[in-house]
Amino acid sequence: MSELIYKSAAQLSESLAKKEVSAREVTQAHLDQIAKVDKAVQAFLFVDTEGALAQADQVDAARAKGENLGPLAGVPLALKDILAQEGIPTTCGSKILAGWRPPYSATVVKKLRAAGVVILGKTNMDEFAMGSSTENSAFGTTQNPWDLKRIPGGSGGGSAAALAAFEAPLAIGSDTGGSIRQPAALTGTVGVKPTYGGVSRYGVVAFSSSLDQVGPCARTVLDTALLHEVIAGHDDYDATSINAPTPPVVAAAKRADVKGMKIGVIKELSGDGYESGVSERFEESLEILRSQGATIEMVSCPNFDYGLAAYYLIAPSEASSNLARFDAMRYGLRVGDDGSRSAEEVMSMTRAAGFGREVKRRIILGTYALSAGYYDAYYGSAQKVRTLITQDFAKAFSSVDVLVSPTTPTVAFPIGEKSNDPVAMYLSDVATIPVNLAGVAAMSLPAGLSEGLPVGFQIIAPAMKDDRLYQVGAALERELAAKWGGVLTTKAPKLISAAGA
Amino acid sequence: MSRISNEEVARIAQLARLDLSANEIAELAGEMEAILGAVARVQEAAKSDVVPTSHPLALVNVTRPDVVRPGLTPANALSGAPASEDDRFRVPQILGEEA
Repeated sequence: MSELIYKSAAQLSESLAKKEVSAREVTQAHLDQIAKVDKAVQAFLFVDTEGALAQADQVDAARAKGENLGPLAGVPLALKDILAQEGIPTTCGSKILAGWRPPYSATVVKKLRAAGVVILGKTNMDEFAMGSSTENSAFGTTQNPWDLKRIPGGSGGGSAAALAAFEAPLAIGSDTGGSIRQPAALTGTVGVKPTYGGVSRYGVVAFSSSLDQVGPCARTVLDTALLHEVIAGHDDYDATSINAPTPPVVAAAKRADVKGMKIGVIKELSGDGYESGVSERFEESLEILRSQGATIEMVSCPNFDYGLAAYYLIAPSEASSNLARFDAMRYGLRVGDDGSRSAEEVMSMTRAAGFGREVKRRIILGTYALSAGYYDAYYGSAQKVRTLITQDFAKAFSSVDVLVSPTTPTVAFPIGEKSNDPVAMYLSDVATIPVNLAGVAAMSLPAGLSEGLPVGFQIIAPAMKDDRLYQVGAALERELAAKWGGVLTTKAPKLISAAGA
Repeated sequence: MSRISNEEVARIAQLARLDLSANEIAELAGEMEAILGAVARVQEAAKSDVVPTSHPLALVNVTRPDVVRPGLTPANALSGAPASEDDRFRVPQILGEEA
């Protein structure tokens, strides 16, 4: 049954519908793979073996009764630990939430369950999604399945590594500045940040509320689209949720046609600072799109140069406010409550003990940027940059259908290389951040390898035109897979056992 | 970029309810200077005629019908509490009274 783990969600869906295989068999095959390789990869923080098998049995029983099931019923999924799942440990990668079992589920979790998707467990991440490597997790670093000495990207490194290690065919991520797309790029997988407001955030631990967006991850463009369709849509539990139909993402992935499309290459997201292997794979992908009938032109977005700076003011500012909810009163850690200390002292001691270095760094940075006397110079200026970046996108999209760039300037770097240099680490997200600032939609998909490590190709579409990501992405993927003899992850090292742990 | 003093970081930490050690404060003071030095360039682009953007999606007055729907039971709501008493969250003293 080990062959089951190498199948796409779409292939599993077909075999399940024809009853060639049961949801229990599919789920067990993935649980076996987790048992075999996760000591080395450390993608999961919690594996819900019993719960997953029970969900699979429910799907099998429903199918036996002839019930009408959705396309992903019985297909397993890895859930980023930023989403609340009732009764299942939810830590967000932080000690302050260790042991917490939420009394309710996120809307996305409810939608997955309703679609019959089998949730295998919770994946590792940088604490409160603050990071680009998973090294900021309070529970250890996830290893990149392509090279276990390297980071898998972050914050959603656990979800991306689970896909590349064939521990799950589907995963959920969240993307505030690139936390879905950067790990996808570094692990040779596909990840989409939907339009801001396209997927409910109810039950998702908030990092930076004007930037956060939940999205789908998988190994193929079509699988990502199938998952996108399940999780997207309006939710009246989320006041920032868009009340409009979800763009036709699955149909677009199946159409996979770029003939006559205009594709803009973002001048500011190339050249200096981008590794030559990354630039070469990017250029080859452009050539493929051109040969498929797309028109390629250069587009300038001059204010993107200020994107990183604006992001590292806006995100910490909003985080410093959002993380005020961790006050040691209603849930999570409490330290120093000995009867003599005040609530304020207990709060300060708990937060000092429960938050890691990067989280403290960003709370201090954000509190500073919002404090009296500095607000206009920092937070206010960053908000103006946000307007300029949004205007750059609007101008670009008036002449092209989608924009493209490399997803990241480099391939996966060695564990430890940047962990003591916050500014160097922040540069990992230079190409993904403008998308979040403007709230538009973007995908990263594999463009090939550079010295044996995956390179990501980023596609950006206007708000609520998420379908264009899939239309372009699937066309590129088809041509690249034909060249490689399968999608990129088929070339990933087969992790036979826990070797390398 | 002027030097950010340890005292300033300590004051910010107090506002943020973070009981940081002297070592952490000294370390953060140095890091803040490096990070603020890198991000202060937003000021170059932020001309006075640019309108600030707080949010990418201009939704206003989002409401839903005011109907009763099930919420958490007291037992559920208290299930993750560090301490509870009589169906309530128990918190440390809040007014500085004698314990």
